[in-house]
Amino acid sequence: MDLSAINPLILIASLMVAATPILLAALGELVVEKAGVLNLGVEGMMITGAICGFAVAVETQNPLLGFIGAAIGGALLSLLFGVLTQYLLSNQVATGLALTLFGLGLSAMIGQSYSGVTPPPTSKVDLGALADIPVIGRILLQHDLMVYFSLALVVAVWAFLKFTRAGLILRAVGESHDAAHALGYKVVRVRLLAIMFGGACAGLGGAYLSLIRVPQWTEGMTAGAGWIALAIVVFASWKPMRVLLGAYLFGGVTVLQLNLQAAGLDVPVQVLSMSPYLITILVLVIMSSGKGRASQNAPAALAKSFHASS
Amino acid sequence: MTPLLTINGLSKAYPGVIANDDVSFDIGKGQIHALLGENGAGKSTLVKMIYGLVRLDSGTMTLNGTEFAPPTPHAARSSGVAMVFQHFSLFEALNVAENVALGMEDPPKQRLLAQRIREVSEAYGLPLDPSRLVGDLSAGERQRVEIIRCLLQDPKLLIMDEPTSVLTPQEVGILFETLRKLQSEGTSILYISHKLEEIKSLCEAATVLRRGKVVGECDPRAESARSMAEMMVGSTLHTPSRKAEAPGEVVLDLRGLSVASSNPFGTSLKDVTITVRAGDVLGIGGVAGNGQDELLAALSGEALATTDAVKLNDVGIGHLGPNARRALGLLTAPEERLGHAAAPDMSLTENALLTGAIRENLVTNGFLKWPATRAFAEKIIAEFDVRTPGPDVAARALSGGNLQKFVIGREILQRPLCLVVNQPTWGVDASAAAAIRQALLDLAAGGAAVVVISQDLDELMEISDSFAALNAGRLSAPRPIKGLTVDEIGLMMGGAHDLEISNA
Amino acid sequence: MIRLEKRPQPSKAWIVFTPVVAVLLTMIAGGILFAALGKNPFEAIRTIFWDPLFNEQFKAFSRPQLLVKAGPLILIAIGLSLGFRAGIWNIGAEGQYILGAICGAGVGLAFYPSESAWIFPLMVMAGALGGWAWAMIPAILKTYFNTNEILVSLLLVYVAEQLLASMALGLLRNPEGGGFPGSRNLGQIDALSNPELITGTGMHWGVVAAFIAVIFAYILLNRHMLGYQIRLTGESPRAARFAGVKPKLLVIFCLGTSGALAGLAGFFEVSGPAGQISIDFNSGYGFTAIIVAFLGRLHPVGILLAGLLMALTYIGGELAQFMLGLPAAAIQAFQGMLLFFLLAVDVLSNYRIRIGHGSEKTGAA
Repeated sequence: MDLSAINPLILIASLMVAATPILLAALGELVVEKAGVLNLGVEGMMITGAICGFAVAVETQNPLLGFIGAAIGGALLSLLFGVLTQYLLSNQVATGLALTLFGLGLSAMIGQSYSGVTPPPTSKVDLGALADIPVIGRILLQHDLMVYFSLALVVAVWAFLKFTRAGLILRAVGESHDAAHALGYKVVRVRLLAIMFGGACAGLGGAYLSLIRVPQWTEGMTAGAGWIALAIVVFASWKPMRVLLGAYLFGGVTVLQLNLQAAGLDVPVQVLSMSPYLITILVLVIMSSGKGRASQNAPAALAKSFHASS
Repeated sequence: MTPLLTINGLSKAYPGVIANDDVSFDIGKGQIHALLGENGAGKSTLVKMIYGLVRLDSGTMTLNGTEFAPPTPHAARSSGVAMVFQHFSLFEALNVAENVALGMEDPPKQRLLAQRIREVSEAYGLPLDPSRLVGDLSAGERQRVEIIRCLLQDPKLLIMDEPTSVLTPQEVGILFETLRKLQSEGTSILYISHKLEEIKSLCEAATVLRRGKVVGECDPRAESARSMAEMMVGSTLHTPSRKAEAPGEVVLDLRGLSVASSNPFGTSLKDVTITVRAGDVLGIGGVAGNGQDELLAALSGEALATTDAVKLNDVGIGHLGPNARRALGLLTAPEERLGHAAAPDMSLTENALLTGAIRENLVTNGFLKWPATRAFAEKIIAEFDVRTPGPDVAARALSGGNLQKFVIGREILQRPLCLVVNQPTWGVDASAAAAIRQALLDLAAGGAAVVVISQDLDELMEISDSFAALNAGRLSAPRPIKGLTVDEIGLMMGGAHDLEISNA
Repeated sequence: MIRLEKRPQPSKAWIVFTPVVAVLLTMIAGGILFAALGKNPFEAIRTIFWDPLFNEQFKAFSRPQLLVKAGPLILIAIGLSLGFRAGIWNIGAEGQYILGAICGAGVGLAFYPSESAWIFPLMVMAGALGGWAWAMIPAILKTYFNTNEILVSLLLVYVAEQLLASMALGLLRNPEGGGFPGSRNLGQIDALSNPELITGTGMHWGVVAAFIAVIFAYILLNRHMLGYQIRLTGESPRAARFAGVKPKLLVIFCLGTSGALAGLAGFFEVSGPAGQISIDFNSGYGFTAIIVAFLGRLHPVGILLAGLLMALTYIGGELAQFMLGLPAAAIQAFQGMLLFFLLAVDVLSNYRIRIGHGSEKTGAA
């Protein structure tokens, strides 16, 4: 086994890339859950975003348009979930699962004609001489646009929830939809907007996989990334900064195990491939048990259906 | 002088029931106007129309001479109407300032808002710390948040819906001082209540509603509580009869019962100690949020304690769960009918099984005896006059009063040695309430020990033999009801609350 | 303005009609989907739903396949429905299915080449135990650490898949298989196989187990205290606690039972229709069973019917792939749509649609 083949700087830079799809999806889901809605369809929205983004990028030969297409695709799919849960009062768990199953099928269908196609490349952001700064340059300053966008989104979501009136209303709706309704706030509208935002973010995350990280289209290529994103929201106690931490932690584990495989570590490949999932489970257990009573920070109205009775 | 608000011929109907029928009255400027009526008289619907939550079917409203028909609460607030609800619209995980901001149209920035909250709350004798989480506040303090929220918008009309149901007598005094101060500044107040003594001491005008219609207007200062009650109810109420008996053996014995609340924002029980004898009714009073739910949970077995903290007929049962306690004869009826005492979507038969399985022998080797269960449900329906087509109807289809009769009846028919009920007549119409109270007295007369936890002091005075007050999780020493005055009760209930009289 | 008004009672009529309406709507939407793909929608729908059962050319082959595909779906869905009714969400049935297959096959292969008649029953037990154990992980984590069972059971599916691959390549690999991944073919070894019991029907032990499970679930839910407690917990958790239901017991029972049933399904599949432990012998039954459970309204008889219907879509889908060139993924999308429509139409069993101006809740102040 040759550990010296693992370059720590490249490791950190590549963990940021690995984490970005999950970070985007998790941020979107955080906003949705803060509004009191549990959308388990993140996996379905991500994969739909992956194929939509891929298809648009290939057809227009423009990766940026691809990302926009992915966001729209994710948002449209999430609208289905939104209508079912907010207007038709369907069970949120079941509907989220339906979204995932449907999304996987739909994307596989659309993706039929795109297997094996190479998408237009997304260039890295050219920061000129800054990128040549030793250590920091290699880690932070040689990334593509979406990585920086995802970091900016973390700050934006945090500021939105903490400082703006719209963010306050969203949090209120997630705490007690009855009280919010009694005060005259449009609970359904707020939730629907949050759901669509979540869909757009998940779509972006999926497109990142198909356009940049891999970059290719394969059926089911998200491989559970959506579920990991859901776990990270819990791990982060519904706080945006902690979502960043969780996503990067997971990205780190993923990249590390790949590197260890490549370096010829004497552990079966499958065990290493399992490790990110097992570690996520471990983290979930720690967060939900004694330490910090994470569930205490959950929005009080999470996953409860709202029916305006007056 | 032109009135502030004129209501003319207002009507509102829902499928199956006419909530308001041609209601007309005026509220003067700077007047404290009472809206009187029993549960179900149409008071809440009326004010919801004034506040823009509900659209009226016909009639007009005029505010300060101009037509007034707010389509939303937002519009009502903009016109100068503010409302403090009976059930607060507060967010427990957010702080006072954030809660106030959510109730306002165009709130100033947080720092400025916090300052204004401090100023206004002090000025009206209701001090509040803007940074505290609402979940940590007592019910009286939460009401202050609601009031401050309204006051910061300089309302012309302040509507208060049953405001004193959650306050101690001393807190009621503070509230009244605040309202009088507002009145002196020209704000009108529409005060909804069924508490006649309070209305007599506070209000100058009253409109009485019964079954959706206006049945009388009066000046409470000139009327007696009795005359207003007669206007409200329209018929003589049957006061429960009670036979005096010599008290029997100690049935329920609580010693140092201390249980943490399962709710992070709840009140834990601290060192509750009391005994109840066979044939006695113990009334436990106290405003909501002082540990009533926790006490019921500790007695039902939903919350466990040390073995000897709860003793039934001298046997320690604190460690036992609900079904073990039922087998031994300790039965309970919680406050929340739908969702706790009964499952809303299940039939009455299935709900009869919920608590009756053990004592009514409805299960053999794990297998259910549906015919026997159905028969039990039918017996409850017959003996307690539950108005329903049959036992196969879902619990949620019943009216509040009928479901409560079923729930209480279910426990009484199981021949408990000790029955504990929490708010037995809350939200129940007058005749059903009287029937329930009589049933509880009959149960006690038959030799059971009965504990009634209630916020309704009148009810407790009527049916209890002894009285204790629950405050911040502590139970006061019991006193015999005979000779207990309202003031003494108030002091027992007031306990450790931080009280201030406003600068009047 | 269209508004929803809560019914005083859940409507019994609609509870039965909902799946029917949902299927019809899916056929319509599916037809549109197929048309968008350039296929004749009527031909496609006919190929999927009618031909496998009644077309002379196909029915001999397709009809037996119905039970083969329905068996595992029903078996898993019954187990899932118990948990779903109680609000306990086992989403990792696919992983429990895999573990059941691994354990059952593993035990059988360990005894190879013995011919004893005891081996098969032992394998069955191992299969159930394997699935049960895999489901115990989320069960214990939920009861002791309050960890969300949805995420844990799901993540374990991915772990199970890796485990399967390592078994197929390592421990369970056929030593006489020329180095190719995959175990011996269990279907061809008499003592270890799960054969067709009545020729031409596709009925194997797994199907029998499915029917037994339906009966067991019916009795449990309607006649037994545990079933009552499951229903109560799902509808009204607070009332359930008041009635003395022990939530931890329920979690362990529901997750354990659904894990065991899923494990059984996996074992019966690998020793019967699938034949061997290979890297990807699992075909998503664990997830489709979720749709079957909901389509069957979480009711044992409903699940029986829903399982047969879903099996039909699988077989019909394969037929359509073969005859019309319809992509396999289209069927998956179709099945997802079915669940969507079911959830959408389900609202009618608890709410009435009211068209009109601002009518609100019944009952005055």
